[in-house]
This record gives sequence, C-alpha cells and structure tokens, in this order.
Amino acid sequence: MSLSTQSRTVAGRSTTPPGGEPRRKRQLLGKNPFGLLLSAPYLIFVLAVFAYPLVFAFWMSFHDYFFAAPGVDVDRPFVGLDNFREVLADPAIIRSFGNVGIFLLINVPLTVVLSLVLATALNKAVRFRTFLRVAYYVPYVTASVAVVGVWIFLFSGNGLVNQILGPLAPDPAWLINENWAMPTIAIFVTWKGLGFFILLYLAALQNVSEELYEAASTDGAGKIRSFFSVTVPGVRPATVLVLLLSTVTGANLFTEPYLLTGGGGPNGASSSPVLMMYQRGIEQGSPDSAAAIGVILVIGVLILAFVQRKLAGGDES
Amino acid sequence: MHSNGMARRILTVTAASATVALALSACASGGSTGDAATNRGPITIWYSNNETEIAWGKQMVEAWNAENPDEKVKAQEIPAGKSSEEVIGAAITAGNAPCLVFNTAPVAVPQFEKQGGLVDLSSFEDGAAYIEERSGDTAAQYQGADGKYFQMPWKSNPVMIFYNKDMFTAAGLDAENPQLATYDEFLATSRTLVESGAAPNAIYPAPTSQFFQSWFDFYPLYAAETGGTQLIEDGEATFNAEDGAKVAEFWKTLYAEGLAGKEQYQGDSFADGQAAMSIVGPWAVSVYKDAVNWGAVPVPTSEGTPVEETYTFSDAKNVGMFTACENQATAWDVLKFATSEEQDGQLLELTGQMPLRETLPTVYPEYFAANPAYEQFGDQASRMVEVPNVSSSVAAWQAFRDAYTKSVITGEGDIPDALDSAAEKINALIAKP
Repeated sequence: MSLSTQSRTVAGRSTTPPGGEPRRKRQLLGKNPFGLLLSAPYLIFVLAVFAYPLVFAFWMSFHDYFFAAPGVDVDRPFVGLDNFREVLADPAIIRSFGNVGIFLLINVPLTVVLSLVLATALNKAVRFRTFLRVAYYVPYVTASVAVVGVWIFLFSGNGLVNQILGPLAPDPAWLINENWAMPTIAIFVTWKGLGFFILLYLAALQNVSEELYEAASTDGAGKIRSFFSVTVPGVRPATVLVLLLSTVTGANLFTEPYLLTGGGGPNGASSSPVLMMYQRGIEQGSPDSAAAIGVILVIGVLILAFVQRKLAGGDES
Repeated sequence: MHSNGMARRILTVTAASATVALALSACASGGSTGDAATNRGPITIWYSNNETEIAWGKQMVEAWNAENPDEKVKAQEIPAGKSSEEVIGAAITAGNAPCLVFNTAPVAVPQFEKQGGLVDLSSFEDGAAYIEERSGDTAAQYQGADGKYFQMPWKSNPVMIFYNKDMFTAAGLDAENPQLATYDEFLATSRTLVESGAAPNAIYPAPTSQFFQSWFDFYPLYAAETGGTQLIEDGEATFNAEDGAKVAEFWKTLYAEGLAGKEQYQGDSFADGQAAMSIVGPWAVSVYKDAVNWGAVPVPTSEGTPVEETYTFSDAKNVGMFTACENQATAWDVLKFATSEEQDGQLLELTGQMPLRETLPTVYPEYFAANPAYEQFGDQASRMVEVPNVSSSVAAWQAFRDAYTKSVITGEGDIPDALDSAAEKINALIAKP
C-alpha cells in the first residue's frame, strides 16, 4: 500500500519536473547509470542465450519450421499441435522420457543423500581434508569425454567391475544391457557431479550453528540423531537447491547416452529427450519436432520443480 | 527504490541490450547478391582436417593462387564440431558458409538443398556436362530427383574386407587365399579365428546406434548381394526383401556366436588387434601400412560373387558450392580446377582415395602400377553404391539403424518383421512433402 502511494507520488512529481532534462535523464537511468551499464552484459546474456531461444523454440514448436539460409523465401505455416502429436506418437520419444524418469529417480535421491553425507563427513574431517575435497571435485571439472572412456573400460564385459563381480556380473555387460544401461548412466552422472553438490552442502554447513550441536548433545542426542535433527533441517535451503539443480541438469541428459552408450543404446534403453532433440533437430533437420520435445521437457521439469519445492519446503528457504 | 523508476530503467537497459543484440545479429547475417552466379573474385574454401587431405588442399590452393592472383582462394580446415555436417548446416543458417566445402557428405546434401544452402551446379553452362563427363554413369547417383546436381561427385573410399594376415596364419588359415567369398566361408573362417584364439573377434564394426554406422556393416554387403541396389529406390525402401534378410541374418549369426563384438570399442579394433577383419576403404592403406600385415578382399555375398561383379558402398565425399558465396563464377572454376585430371592424380597420390572419375585404373595406370595395394580399390571404384539421394535421408538411416541394432545386434525379434517395420517407417518419411 505504502509502496504504491510512494510510486504515485513520484509519478505525480515527474509530470512537473523542475529540473528539466537532467532530471528526466536521472529518472530514466536512476541514481547510478553506471550500475545499469555493469548489469547490461548479464541482461544481454540472459536475453540472447536464454529468453530469446526459449520463446523462439516455443514458437517453432507450433510451426512447420526448418533452418534455412538467409534470404531464402520459406513458408513456415502454423501447424497447431501437429508437432506435439507427431513426437508423442513416436514410441522412441515416449521411451526417452521414461528413461530420463528412471534416471532422475536414481540420480536425484542418490545425489542429495551422498552429497549431504559426504559433505558432513568432510566438514568433520581433520586429516586429508583438502585432499578429499579436491578428490571429490576432480571428476566434476574433468571433461565428460575423457571420463567416459574410463567408464567404458571399467564397465565393459571384460572390465574391472565385472572381474571383481565374477559370476555376479550381468550378461550382457552393463552398458549394452537394457536393464542396466540407464542405472549405470545415473550412477556415472551422480559420481561425476557429486563434487559440486558437496561444495554447496559444505557452504551450507558453515551456517549451521555449533551451539545447536552442543545443545543436541546436552539433550543426549548421538551423532546420527544430531545429523537428522540438526544438520538435515539446518541445510534445508541447500537441499532444495541441490534437488532443483540435479533435476534440471539430469533432465538435460545428453553427453552420457551420446558417448557412453553410443547414441542411446542398447535399442534406445538409454536415450534421453535431449538426445532425441539432437537427432531430430540437428542431425535430421527437423527443429520443429525437436522444439516440441523441448517444450514438453521444460513443462515436465517445471512441474517437477514445483512439486519438489512444495515437498522439500522451498518456501522456507 | 520506486517501482515506476525501476521499471523504466529495466526497460531502458532491455532496449539498449536488444539494440546491441540486433546489431550483432545484423553483423552475423549475410547472403549472396543477385550477381553472385557471375561474380569473380577471392573465395574461401573448407577442406577436411585429416593430414593427407590437408596436404592435397594446400598444394591445390597454392597451384590455383599462383595462376589467379585476382581470384585468390583462402582455405581452412572445416571448423571443429560433432560432425562436419552440423558445422556446415549451422554455417548455411548463419549465412557465412564458404564458397566450397571439399568434404560434403552425400547423405546431408538433400538437407542442405532444402535449407537453400547449395548452388545448383547444373545452372552453370557446362555444369551437368562436366560432372557427367568426369564421373560417367556413377554421376546419376548424385543427382537430385529433378535431375539437378547440388553436389560435385569428388572422391570415394569403396569399402572392402581388410584382414590381418598374421592372425589368419596363427589360426592355421591360408592368409594369401582367405576363404571369405560366401557367407558360409566367412562364418567358418570367423569361427576358426576366434576358436583358435588367434583373434578376440573375427570382425568388429561399431555396434552403436548412430545413423551412419550401417554404412559399414549392412550396406556394403547389401550392395554386393543385390548387385548394386540402393537402400531406397524409386521412393521406396528396397531392403525388406529376401536379399536384405539374408544380409541381416548373416550379421545376426556373427553377433549371436560371439564372432563380432557387441560392445562399443574405444579406438581402432583392427589396428589394436581386437579383430581379425575390418570393413574399410583405401584411406586405411596408409594408416595400417606399418601397424598390420593386411590383405583385402571384396565383401562377401550369400553365394559368392565374382570379384569383378561385386558391388560395395562408396563412402564418398563430395564438393558442395554454397549460396552464401559471392563469387560463384570463380568458385565453379576452382571446382573444375580441383577436380581436373591433374588434381585428381594429386589426390590419388597424396591420399590414396579414389577420385570419382570414370575408368580410374586406365586414367592413372602409372600410379596403380607403382602402388599395387590400391589397384583393387581402383577396380572396385567402378562398382559402388551411394546412399540414396532422398529428403529425410538421415531420418531414414536412423530408422533403419534402430531396427537393425534391435533385430541383428541384440538379436531380438524376427528379422523380416523388423525390416518390414523399418521400411514402412522409411516410406512414410520419404513420402512427406
């Protein structure tokens, strides 16, 4: 109420500027025009790299669209929901959404639990603390292409993992097994991204007051009870962030099915919506279908994020 | 802070940002002028990034520039990307494609044409005549449905079966006369190689799902089995018949018996001694020269076809002229210069790849006499099958690959059913306007 009153007052004043031109300039650019200049690059970035492509993709998904050379006269008629009907009628695309669902079911809880437990342990560790922190962070900063090669070696039929498992090893091997390909990718992505999420939790843990642990200890709480009653609620805002980020990055899964399982194999068991977008939009020259897949994915991720926010108490953060 | 003032400032910054973005996009866009087809002047070309083709490209450009100081050619390797086709496709959309790309995959040509990115070479007065005179009957496979040439057939790598003579000898097989002509012979030889422990795998084509992988397992054998039939002819899939099923069953047996690797291999399985055989073209001669004691034979057929009648996949790369080119008359002259008898000879000499030129062995007899390893590839170059020049070509190959990996590599389901289902999908794709 007071804000709107203030605004009206300011707006009222502006109609009779005693100061003339400089005052108008000041009203347009604010007290610190230099601040606007500093924020402009990021705004340009958001507009050019995020907002414009998103709106354009949405537009594309409702049109018969393909990329054309500048100056070429191309008819791009509005086709309503045709692109959506086409992609939703394709079993390979439906399967890719199912696959990424399986991926998220494994990857997101595993990421939250492991990163919180490991961050808590690292926070308490005295010896080798720096070494351990770096060790967890190294996979995150290493290029996927390089790490994928190591995992193919580890999880191949004659790989180290199968040699350790002996008769318990799955047949066919992990990455060419329809039941194991996606879980293996989920574990790979969890392992690779863990360092980043541990870092987020480590930062959050610095804000949990030591006094709370002391009070819990005085009340007779053991380490496990302290973890669930002090640590977990204390880092809830970070948990919401980890949930959200791991869901968004997980839903955008591409590199691993592209490289680790040779294009979403075996038989599409590890294909993902973004891989299908790449195939349709870039390889096959149908960016309209690819955009439709993308719009469905964005809506799906938004719904998931909303549910997570509700369930994990994001409002409190 | 006052909300109106804040809103106004956001609007100001947004407007300023949009102006900058528009200015940037204006800088990025371009396009050919109306006179581009007759204009002359400097041009830019891209070539492949492999060592031997760079050497050929450099000497070709040097030779052209020495004689044409007013129409200089600036050359560079194709910028890095997941594939050359993606980079070229993006360049077409951005309007900054070069004049010529000496690595245009025939499978991508229909797509580039649809994008309005390619110049119809038949539109040059001597365009179609030059192409047909140089490549003979083979040129027809590179024509669009309307008879136009949106690509210059340039060079091929007719694929054959390379085999490791040392592994054959270790398995007790005759390395100089390998029994690989029929499917039964090929399977028996493969079993001996693996069971004797001479080779972990008899053969190891990439078992992955990318659309192009079928060019190096199913398609060469299908070309041979059918005597030169393309995957799609007259607007319909051809592979869902007896010949296609025979080829697929042959590969299925190799996978089912563990004679061919089902897992993705990181590296070159043939060079690394993981497989006794490989399906590759003449580019591999120089690569395997010191690594493997190799021999080469044509791909097998069910009943065994005489060598001089055996077809295979061409694995060709062509040259595309792009509409963004402002000096297309110069580009056409450079294209003719780069595919002249002299430059084709240089290509053969420097890369070992076969120019798409009629009766190759008779045009360069000295080369083949001096390099007998290439002789059979020169002969094979007269019996090649290209990927079909149809719209939705990549989507069609992906549909085929999906059916193939499931029914052949994984061995799930019935092969004729899988081929019928893939053919139905492909026919629907081609029928799309």
